[in-house]
Amino acid sequence: MAGASIEIENLTKDYPFGFLHLKKKRSLEGLTMTVEDGEVFGFLGPNGAGKSTTIKLLMGLIFPTAGTARILGKPISDIEMHRDIGYLPEQPYFYDYLTAAELLDYFARFFDLTAADRRERVERMLKKVGLETARKIQLRKYSKGMLQRVGLAQAILHDPKVVILDEPMSGLDPLGRREVRDIILELKRQGRTILFSTHILGDAEMLCDRVGVIVGGRLRGVGAPDEIVGVKAHGMEILFEYAGGGGEPSRLLSGATRTGNRYRLQVEEGELYATLEQLRGAGAKILSVTQVKASLEEYFMHLVEADRAQAAAVEVYGK
Amino acid sequence: MSRAAVVAWNTFREAVRDRVLYNLVFFALLMFAAAILVGQISIQIEQIVIVTLGLSAISVIGLLMAVFIGVGLVSKEMDKRTLYALLAKPVRRWEFLLGKFGGLLLTLVVNTAAMAAGLFAALWYVKHPLERGDAVVLVAVYFILLKLALVVALALLFSCYTTPLLAILFTAGLYVAGLFVNEMRDLQSATMAPGMKAFLRWLSYLLPNFSNFDVMAAAAHGRAIPAMLAAQNTAYAALYCAIVLAAAATVFSRRNLK
Repeated sequence: MAGASIEIENLTKDYPFGFLHLKKKRSLEGLTMTVEDGEVFGFLGPNGAGKSTTIKLLMGLIFPTAGTARILGKPISDIEMHRDIGYLPEQPYFYDYLTAAELLDYFARFFDLTAADRRERVERMLKKVGLETARKIQLRKYSKGMLQRVGLAQAILHDPKVVILDEPMSGLDPLGRREVRDIILELKRQGRTILFSTHILGDAEMLCDRVGVIVGGRLRGVGAPDEIVGVKAHGMEILFEYAGGGGEPSRLLSGATRTGNRYRLQVEEGELYATLEQLRGAGAKILSVTQVKASLEEYFMHLVEADRAQAAAVEVYGK
Repeated sequence: MSRAAVVAWNTFREAVRDRVLYNLVFFALLMFAAAILVGQISIQIEQIVIVTLGLSAISVIGLLMAVFIGVGLVSKEMDKRTLYALLAKPVRRWEFLLGKFGGLLLTLVVNTAAMAAGLFAALWYVKHPLERGDAVVLVAVYFILLKLALVVALALLFSCYTTPLLAILFTAGLYVAGLFVNEMRDLQSATMAPGMKAFLRWLSYLLPNFSNFDVMAAAAHGRAIPAMLAAQNTAYAALYCAIVLAAAATVFSRRNLK
């Protein structure tokens, strides 16, 4: 890693509310983190955690109450930096009187490209996101998933060095999600830096070099998905088939999860061999034995639950 | 093409595709009906009726477009969040505002030019051939355009920090107040406190003076309009628009887009 593409230091955002806007709600508190050159960084958190707020701050759509951020070494207030940044807003909505090709051409005009270059890029992007056959349809007739694809196309239209995607999988069917994942991986292969927010943890585990978990406006952990949840094993999981007959492993079956005639059983590491013997003796067919680690989802849920408990405690204390 | 020009062209395209220019059909029908009616009456007031009716319609239709589309120029983009992807490009907020202003102005120019052509067609129908003096109607149309530019700038300013409904009220209120600026300036009353007189005088200079742009009577009667008035009105509208747009840019550049 050559250096940091995105540097965030003590970024804080308060939103005023109430009559005369005298009260303030803190949406983001003292966020400090970096995204290294060429890495895929997943920004995880439940709805309202501060993910979109952070991204909007980085894009200059809202202004920080405190703190600073730099992208590619330039302060976020420098608009020329946007030449090297691609951005997909959350639940994107575009000018619905334009076609996809017109919209992309419109955005391409802000990058001083020649007409021929614009045409070539628009065609390439439409093909990349699978919209070449819908290129002449007005966006008002597009589905949510199609709009998401157009959004992705406009974000990477100008070959940006840094791509910031706010919930890129939102509204997509499994096929669409797969295509977005492939695009993200392709961008990574090209050496782009990618920051994307999501609450779909499987996508983050699959794509990210590192993730940052934000809950209640505060960053709770940063690291590689494996690293962040800890590598300590929770035990062993045995997958076996049992069609009945033979000895009856009733004690074991009652503790297992059944899917058809397949069973999953979790046991302590020390009990593994004895359990395997028992299962074999009962005529079960052992399919696999795997080590059970805490998943990102468990880690995430743990943080969210802790945050809720803390919020409830504060509320009770306040009363 | 500059970034503001790119935004302006798209704003014009939006107006065209949203069928804003369909109002021209209404104007054409109005002029067509008026020309036939006035042609039958024929009591030597054809020009006055057609020019007054035509310029009034151009002004009212233009004002409705300037206010109702103008207040939505920014708020619509914020409500629909179309602005997010745009401002993520290397576009400064003031460039976006200037583009929106230019786009609506272009729409109004095209619309007004088409209506002016309709007005001249109706005029030709009732008193052909047209005379050299009829060109004064073009000056009146140009003044209407200057007035509309000012209204768009005001609508854009209010659109930057308040709701569309309030922006409509503020813009319409300022327009009406601006029609009585000369009266306000000359208002002298023995019972009025000197402080109030001074305040009204200052206020009259601060408000946009829309009455300066009204030359409908002169145009209807074929009276010449001084070149100096045209120059003054042009400079006044340009300066006032520049100040209002600068204020709009200042407000908008600090605005958080939620």
